[in-house]
Amino acid sequence: MIIGALLPLALFLFPLWKITLEAPQYPTPLGMYIYINDFADANPHDIKNINIMNHYVGMKYIPEAIPEFKIFPIGIIITSIIGLIIGIWGNHKWFLAWFIMMVALSCAGLYDFYLWEHDYGNDLDPKAIMKFTNPDGTIMGFQPPLFGSKDILNFTAHSYPQLGAYFLGLGMLASFLAYFKGKKERKIEQ
Amino acid sequence: MKHILTRFFGITFAVLLITGCNNSNSQSNGALGSSAAEKVYVAPGEQDDFYAFLSGGYSGNLTVYGLPSGRMFKEIPVFSQFPTSGYGYSEETKPLLNTSFGFVPWDDLHHPDISQTNGELDGRWIFVNGNNTPRIARIDLSTFETSEIIEVPNCAGNHSSSYVTENTEYVVAGTRFAVPVPQRDMSIKDKKGNFKGALTFYKVDPETGRMSLAFQVLMPGFDYDKAHPGRGNSHGWFFFTTYNTEEANTLLEVNASQNDKDFIAAVNWKKIEEFVANGGGTKMPTSYMHNVYDEETHTATSTTINEVLTVDPADVAGAIYFLPTPKSPHGCDVDPSGEYIVGSGKLSADVTVHSFTKMMDAIENEKFSADAYGIPVLDFEAINAGSVKSGGLGPLHTEFDANGNAYTTFFISSEVVKWKLGTWEVLDRKPTFYSVGHLMIPGGNSRKPFGKYVVAMNKITKDRYLPTGPELEHSAQLYDISGEKMELLSDFPTHGEPHYAAGCPAELLAPKSTKIYKLEENKHKYVTPTPGDARVERNGNEVHVYMAMIRSHFTPDNIEGIKVGDKVFFHITNHEQDFDVPHGFAMIGANNSEVLIMPGQTKTLTWEPKRVGVWPFYCTDFCSALHQEMQGYIRVSPSNSNIELSWSLGE
Ligand SMILES: [Cu+2]
Repeated sequence: MIIGALLPLALFLFPLWKITLEAPQYPTPLGMYIYINDFADANPHDIKNINIMNHYVGMKYIPEAIPEFKIFPIGIIITSIIGLIIGIWGNHKWFLAWFIMMVALSCAGLYDFYLWEHDYGNDLDPKAIMKFTNPDGTIMGFQPPLFGSKDILNFTAHSYPQLGAYFLGLGMLASFLAYFKGKKERKIEQ
Repeated sequence: MKHILTRFFGITFAVLLITGCNNSNSQSNGALGSSAAEKVYVAPGEQDDFYAFLSGGYSGNLTVYGLPSGRMFKEIPVFSQFPTSGYGYSEETKPLLNTSFGFVPWDDLHHPDISQTNGELDGRWIFVNGNNTPRIARIDLSTFETSEIIEVPNCAGNHSSSYVTENTEYVVAGTRFAVPVPQRDMSIKDKKGNFKGALTFYKVDPETGRMSLAFQVLMPGFDYDKAHPGRGNSHGWFFFTTYNTEEANTLLEVNASQNDKDFIAAVNWKKIEEFVANGGGTKMPTSYMHNVYDEETHTATSTTINEVLTVDPADVAGAIYFLPTPKSPHGCDVDPSGEYIVGSGKLSADVTVHSFTKMMDAIENEKFSADAYGIPVLDFEAINAGSVKSGGLGPLHTEFDANGNAYTTFFISSEVVKWKLGTWEVLDRKPTFYSVGHLMIPGGNSRKPFGKYVVAMNKITKDRYLPTGPELEHSAQLYDISGEKMELLSDFPTHGEPHYAAGCPAELLAPKSTKIYKLEENKHKYVTPTPGDARVERNGNEVHVYMAMIRSHFTPDNIEGIKVGDKVFFHITNHEQDFDVPHGFAMIGANNSEVLIMPGQTKTLTWEPKRVGVWPFYCTDFCSALHQEMQGYIRVSPSNSNIELSWSLGE
């Protein structure tokens, strides 16, 4: 359980997610890493170049910072501390509770990420240089996929979890296993 | 009867034509099989194995090619103004072309040589010489741009240049046209014995590559034609061919061809270096320019230097010897081991090879046959290693592979001859089209040649390509030399007139090639670091426009308050930080070129508006889908108007 509680701290070292944009003119694709507290270039100046591309279709610049960058790190630290306390003093039921809490928080995080992506991809400048419409006449959005790959105009966008997310997942898995192990031991004791 | 005869001859003639055609077809098919095509074919998206830097001769510039494809990648402006990028037109690059004669916007670029460490190509810089107004330039092999140009004082026709020693300790400059030193008003007829041929050694800073004139040896007034450094055992020596040891001053084609033997001058630069370090040499007043381009300020500056340290050969005993070499030798090439010095008597059939070991022995045992102006002439028989009975005519230059073979060009018989070092046996010969000058094997002038290809650079093109009027580009041929016999692979046109060339494996340069200049490291005096810093300032009738550019607009793009008679400096900073996104800038009616500005770079274009009106400027490089929109206006008012300066974007 203690391991499970510590693993999410890797999010401070490794990125959570990565969005990659491929196009013929970019033999080295443009990419952006999402950390729990930062957006980072995959290669130098990628975010600047993504912004230059996206301004043609009226997308906003990727912000230097978003409120989540403050909330997420605190959330991770608090949940890790709770996990540690549970790991030292709690029993297996608490392990399950921590696991469920983490699943809920992760879902909330993903939903938040989806909302940001949706806004980023659809809240377009009405004076956009290039405006595209869907076959049904609605204005075309440029939301990158939450997970997986998607063609957006001349780009293919990929969106996949990174090492940080795997550590988080592993931590949650560890707490879940700890729950089962604890449950078994309890039965044997009884 | 007459009809029948006509018909008969007609048919015969037709048959002859057809068979004639067939013959030539089958011949060329035989010589150039499909395997040759495969060997030069670099599939779309693939890259070449070698870089080749071909001198542009009278274009004044250096061209970059890929081998084996023969595709040209870039023309690097060096000694000539280059409106394509604004080189020599922009305020930043004009100083590079300053000389003691003033601004000289052209030269004749001859001999590229890549810097070396331990006798092997290190790919840091490439040095090139300007023959006409004597200069040496250094090109940075990360940016592929000219970094520095230094003038050669007391020199005329800087031809035996710009070769480097095996650790790039020095780069040399040698005088092809002996002149009075110092220059003075005297009768041309009094040349003999009164002119000098300066051999100049520039120290190269091992960190920055910066050149500084270390010393200048004032040799007898012969014509110093070509040069190459010693390497291995002969490291510390430099060899220069001479012609016109007759010291003729007129009708040289006859008068300079009378001596049966001219010389290769062997110069022990280590000895002279020591002599100078101990206070030897004489300081002579002179004037020459040193121009340095700073990559951080994106700006070149010129400095005048007023003194040169000269060395009289008579003052340094044992430093200089003459090696007699037949028939006005041209090429002077040293094999990878450093043992053999190959002198190509351009008016003879044979190639003369001297032995460094024998030369040292002859010096030690004073096997001298004469002296010339006090410099000992070594006995020919004592130093000669052998000669190649080539069967060709007019040998010029030799390069080497890694297997002990040499390849010599023959101008008159128009061929490349492969021969064996040591046995002097001719192994193969292949025709060139036509009249080959230099040849180049990547690393063929180093301890470590990459003997896969040889490029022959020809002086005459004639019928090799579709005709383009009287003036033709020169022609090069690529041969595969990996086998016993050379195999002609392809022809490709070259720009200007290539003399020497230098080549190296692609992996030496490709990984470190600069992609962008970092905007945050831009220290240009007139940089516009952010669009918010864009502005227009007036200082008397000088107007400085601090302008930023990024896809797809200029900041500012509307300017008012400029007046007729103003001198407007557009200092334009490209704010892109992505590979291969330059923007250009052109102003209607500017008596100037455009400027092409790389990401993160600042360049300055000067414009003197002459007419009242509203005048446009625009981006010349198709940078983006909105490139056509990348434009702006400048209002020019009469010189006496009092319209305030104003500037804007998007209002
Ligand atoms: Cu542009």
